[in-house]
Amino acid sequence: MTTTAPLAEPIRVRGLQKSYKDLHVLRGVDFGVARGSVFALLGSNGAGKTTVVKILSTLLKADAGTATVNGFDVATRGAEVRESISLTGQFAAVDEILTGRENLVLVAQLRHLKHPGTIAADLLERFSLTEAAGRKVSTYSGGMRRRLDIAMSLIGSPPVIFLDEPTTGLDPEGRIEVWRAVRELAQHGTTVLLTTQYLDEAEHLADRIAILHHGRIIVTGTLAELKRLLPPAKVEYVEKQPSLEEVFLAIVGSEGKDANADLDRSAGLDGSTRLNGSTATDD
Amino acid sequence: MTRHFLGDSTVLLRRSLRHIMRSPDTIITTTIMPIAFMLLFVYVFGGAIKSGSHSYVTYLLPGILLITIASGVSYTAFRLFQDMRNGIFERFQSMPIARSAVLWAHVLTSLVANLISLVVVVLVALAMGFRSGAGVLAWLAVVGILILFILPLTWIAVIPGLTAKSADGASAFSYPLILLPLISSAFVPTRTMSGPVRAFADNQPVTSIVNTVRDLLTQQPVGSDIWVALAWCVGILAAAYAFAMVTYRRKIAA
Repeated sequence: MTTTAPLAEPIRVRGLQKSYKDLHVLRGVDFGVARGSVFALLGSNGAGKTTVVKILSTLLKADAGTATVNGFDVATRGAEVRESISLTGQFAAVDEILTGRENLVLVAQLRHLKHPGTIAADLLERFSLTEAAGRKVSTYSGGMRRRLDIAMSLIGSPPVIFLDEPTTGLDPEGRIEVWRAVRELAQHGTTVLLTTQYLDEAEHLADRIAILHHGRIIVTGTLAELKRLLPPAKVEYVEKQPSLEEVFLAIVGSEGKDANADLDRSAGLDGSTRLNGSTATDD
Repeated sequence: MTRHFLGDSTVLLRRSLRHIMRSPDTIITTTIMPIAFMLLFVYVFGGAIKSGSHSYVTYLLPGILLITIASGVSYTAFRLFQDMRNGIFERFQSMPIARSAVLWAHVLTSLVANLISLVVVVLVALAMGFRSGAGVLAWLAVVGILILFILPLTWIAVIPGLTAKSADGASAFSYPLILLPLISSAFVPTRTMSGPVRAFADNQPVTSIVNTVRDLLTQQPVGSDIWVALAWCVGILAAAYAFAMVTYRRKIAA
């Protein structure tokens, strides 16, 4: 009964409305997310993205409309919804005073899993945090915090993950790290709902994109479908020109190698191969 | 999810106790003001105050202990506020845990942190000449009353912790609580105060609690003060708990 429809769409949202006094944040939002896909909710600040995520993760109640996550109604089956999800909020929700390992163990214990220590060690390895595992999180860089934050969300392998603006405030390298983690998630069959205000992020990560504007979804589709909405004559191609981000990454080196050594070689052919190398990891 | 309540509370309590172990400055800043008050009153004003047969530090200590608690609970509000601000509160609330365990862990942490602070203050008082011939039962009664004072103040602290917009705002609620003992029988006998002030001092909760603790420590019969003290503590606890839960429900899934 509840297993047929949700198998196809672990996230289903119909006519969702939410107002704060006179401010109508959501005025009838509809969308569905297919299992194992990455769905991007794109919108500017204040478009209502976070409100959607909070309703889906049972932190807020909707005024009207229905939403189901993994087949459970968020309004009436909150506990089951929380068993099925992980939320990575807008700001890395990590405990700064604990170490990276302790943060992961804490979440594993709260999810009532066996062998929290092993789970923590595996995730530290997977997110290249093993070296920093014993350090207080307050000493971590923004990218490391986000990686830890996402690692915490993977504990217990929930079938649905919400990522609310996962790369806001990160430097380009941190952003690429997070993108890689999100892509891996989808490959493992996790359904990901991602909110972002960055167009390129949606373009890089999402199987389907919905644009949320003034509390409504004004368009939904794959990237190719969205592109077809515009007359091709208006599209500008600037493929051959490296973006500032690519230049930055080529010079700095995405592995954080000695910047001077790379600069010395960047004039020659070495520089351009590096540049190709870093764009390749980008795809 | 209530079947996980105890386990989840324990895990979260261990987390906040780690915070205290790693930043013991919260204990130091909690105890520094009551200790300063104690030094000031005993060595500066104390000579002019007639407190009866016992040394002034012994007379003063019960009030100082209440000030310690009032100053300690501001950290409860602060810790909760930090959890709200950095999003970890929402992370916990979106997890399959007993949701109220998040609040209870903070409450229990407040209890532990305040008891540690109280021990520190009593040790300083002992160094300053505080002596008590009270037996084990009397001391247990003192600890019980102090716990009954910590709990309502902690649940009051939960409210600004959940709603404050800034860290200063979260802890500002405790200032009047710290000052309340000053207009009570904590420092001077209320009969020396002028009319309306005395009426207030005689009938506010701190006076009955201070008198009860003082009688227990100096081996005097506690009289009716203990029932007044217990009624205040339990009454404020019930009101503060109810109000804190309303605030919490409004914050989560409103």
